[in-house]
Amino acid sequence: MINRTIAPAFRQVENIELVEAEQLSLDNGVKLFVVDAGTQDLVRIELIFDNVNWDKTKPLQAYAVNSLLAEGTSKLSALEIAERVDYYGAFLQTDYNYDYSVVTLYTLTKHMEATLAVIKEIVTDAVFPEEEVETFRRNQKQKLSVNLEKNDFLGRRAFNRALFGETIYGYSAGNEDYDNLTRDQLLEYFNLAYRPGNCTIIVAGKVEQPAIDTINRFFGKNWDKGLALQKNFFSFPLKKGTEHYFEKEGALQSALRIGQVSISRSHPDFASLQVLNTILGGYFGSRLMANIREDKGYTYGIGSALVSLKNAGYFFIASEVGAEFCGSALTEIEKEVNLLKTEPVSPEELALVKNYMLGSFLGSLENAFSHADKFKNIYFSGMDYSYYSDYVNTIRTITSEKLLELAGFYYQFDNFERVIVGKK
Amino acid sequence: MVTFNRFVLSNGLKVLVHEDYTTPMAVVNVLYDVGARDEDPEKTGFAHLFEHLMFGGSVNIPSYDEPLQRVGGENNAFTSNDITNYYITLPAVNLETAFWLESDRMLSLAFSEKSLDVQRNVVSEEFKQRYLNQPYGDVWLKFRPLIYKEHPYRWATIGKDLSHIEQATIEDVKAFFARHYNPSNAILVVGGAVNTEDVKALAEKWFEPIEGKAKPPRNLPVEPVQTEARREIIRADVPLNAIYIAFHMPGRTDQGYYEADLISDILSRGNSSRLHISLIKEQKLFSEVNAYMTGSDDPGLFVIDGKLTEGVDIETAEKAIWAELEKLKTELVPEDELTKVKNKIESLMVFSEMSLLDKAMNLAFFELMGNAADLNNETQKYLLLSADDIKRRAGNLFRRENSSTLLYLSN
Repeated sequence: MINRTIAPAFRQVENIELVEAEQLSLDNGVKLFVVDAGTQDLVRIELIFDNVNWDKTKPLQAYAVNSLLAEGTSKLSALEIAERVDYYGAFLQTDYNYDYSVVTLYTLTKHMEATLAVIKEIVTDAVFPEEEVETFRRNQKQKLSVNLEKNDFLGRRAFNRALFGETIYGYSAGNEDYDNLTRDQLLEYFNLAYRPGNCTIIVAGKVEQPAIDTINRFFGKNWDKGLALQKNFFSFPLKKGTEHYFEKEGALQSALRIGQVSISRSHPDFASLQVLNTILGGYFGSRLMANIREDKGYTYGIGSALVSLKNAGYFFIASEVGAEFCGSALTEIEKEVNLLKTEPVSPEELALVKNYMLGSFLGSLENAFSHADKFKNIYFSGMDYSYYSDYVNTIRTITSEKLLELAGFYYQFDNFERVIVGKK
Repeated sequence: MVTFNRFVLSNGLKVLVHEDYTTPMAVVNVLYDVGARDEDPEKTGFAHLFEHLMFGGSVNIPSYDEPLQRVGGENNAFTSNDITNYYITLPAVNLETAFWLESDRMLSLAFSEKSLDVQRNVVSEEFKQRYLNQPYGDVWLKFRPLIYKEHPYRWATIGKDLSHIEQATIEDVKAFFARHYNPSNAILVVGGAVNTEDVKALAEKWFEPIEGKAKPPRNLPVEPVQTEARREIIRADVPLNAIYIAFHMPGRTDQGYYEADLISDILSRGNSSRLHISLIKEQKLFSEVNAYMTGSDDPGLFVIDGKLTEGVDIETAEKAIWAELEKLKTELVPEDELTKVKNKIESLMVFSEMSLLDKAMNLAFFELMGNAADLNNETQKYLLLSADDIKRRAGNLFRRENSSTLLYLSN
């Protein structure tokens, strides 16, 4: 009979291979990166535009342009655009984040020609019909009114405001910002930002030469260069954090968000700090989960993350805890953060986290799209693939002394902003 | 095309292997044929609570998560009204660790009181986070009992009420395990950089010694045919009025399921869909509107929900929804529109083959429904449907006496 109390032998992950992006240049100089992998006849094409010319008096400009891009061109109505994409079983997505506005097309390769023609139309000739802008304003205001009833949404807004003030990272849009949004503002921003000089294209999937030629035909010519633009630039001084409490009558749970401005990917400590973060709150077995969920049962989930943006990095811990446990949960969170500064992580825990992180990294390289995502992480941080070999090497070699030192430097609980929405 | 090999162990455990060497990873998916529909009406939410307890240590291994993380693995699970599904992703070289962990918890649990105490709290917090502390969060807790009168789909997976979870005892846990967590009630799928012979050897080593028991019988009450329209109004502190309409529809393996699925795509998949164009863009009655199915094994629901534009009255909004449904009942869907929704299905199927975990879960799910090979015939079933099929199905679904309407109104 087998002895079930003994774990089978195992190995640490050894070979991690990334499919590197190949850099090409379209006829007009637009950078095209190709990640060729996989066996399915499909591609994902991303057109990525930097967010530019941040103006807090027109805070929704970039977001609204991205959202309304597919709502009409001088030749096609919103319905015609949607029908052309949908008919071929393709998916058109517009995504907006703090640093970039993205237009993504997922399509079977056989329909690339037909669907890419629509993408070309919308990124070069969007007209933002007044009626569509009005629908957008109305629907967004309605969505906002629902979100404002959610404690975690309010917590996120208050936290971002505390860290990043009135920059694009910290601004909380309200009804009046939607009311003030005009079609002229949209056209102004569209003409500035959606231009070849501000565009990076990344294609992933089974990408063969004809696909590259098609992309060049659409986006490598007949696209005006446009006007000079100003890249968004912000800097955030370190400061002492405070508590931000928003009481909600009758709340069953309180949303917590705790953290501060931190380092971004290009900083030499970034990978090491990710190891520390994993131990604290970055995986299911983390200290925060083990204590606050699995031992105390105060919450359904708690986690922490280190996020890298173009102009900053930040660190946060987030959870929704039973209102009656709010005070105890805060005490335990502070205790776990401070413990990392005083007690070295045990060899067993460190070995576990190292293996977990290596396995998780290997598992994150699932397909062509994930390899392209890995490329975006380094490219937009101004780094090359050595970042990943360094990352793997850091995980393999980091010591508990180094982690103690990092915690001492980066985890100052008094410097953390502490947002509580609900009851405490 | 998702290829696989299949064998059955002497204790009744079905094993499927999907070899895919494009990845260095492996996935181990264990589906148990038990869900919230198998619960005692006085002890609802139990299948899901039980899922949490499956991570509280097994008979020979005190911690489930730790040894898995130590070999670079990750795992999770979910419970629905029909099934409970557990999955692991790990480097394929460490595959045996997954067999060791999964087989031990199929053999027996630790049945720790501490784990039960804590997970009761965790699930209570999950209940609050998802259903009680969110605007419109409780809608399905209230809507299900209006739609189902007999069938256990009348309660949500999380349970009818927090008190059911709070009252769960260790005896309940033991009885549930003994009844449902048997090899003959499970399907194991292993996928990724693995070969069938190795998987077979591992399965025989770790799973075959587990004692086989008969598959527990399932005798669920059949939901009586609904004969008149039902309606309920809830008032709550929410910012917008919302409307939910549910229709009874055929179960997952019926042809009617595929017809209804295409109808839901015609109505609300993508920005060229009918409800989006008509109700949001043209008539401006709604700020969001969706059509979808619960997709359950036993006869499920076709649902339309939407949030009304401020100032629009409920009656107007409701009429506008029905006008779109009437159109499907009386007019044939144009050829182009039908091709459009079929093309979407076809491309979704190709995209879903990019994810190893999705493939493994799909194989397990289709095996449960009868035969994993049907996964590869799925697209074909949609492509065969005609505009007449759609019209007939719409006529069958969208009848007043087959509808339940819930108005969720702002105080």
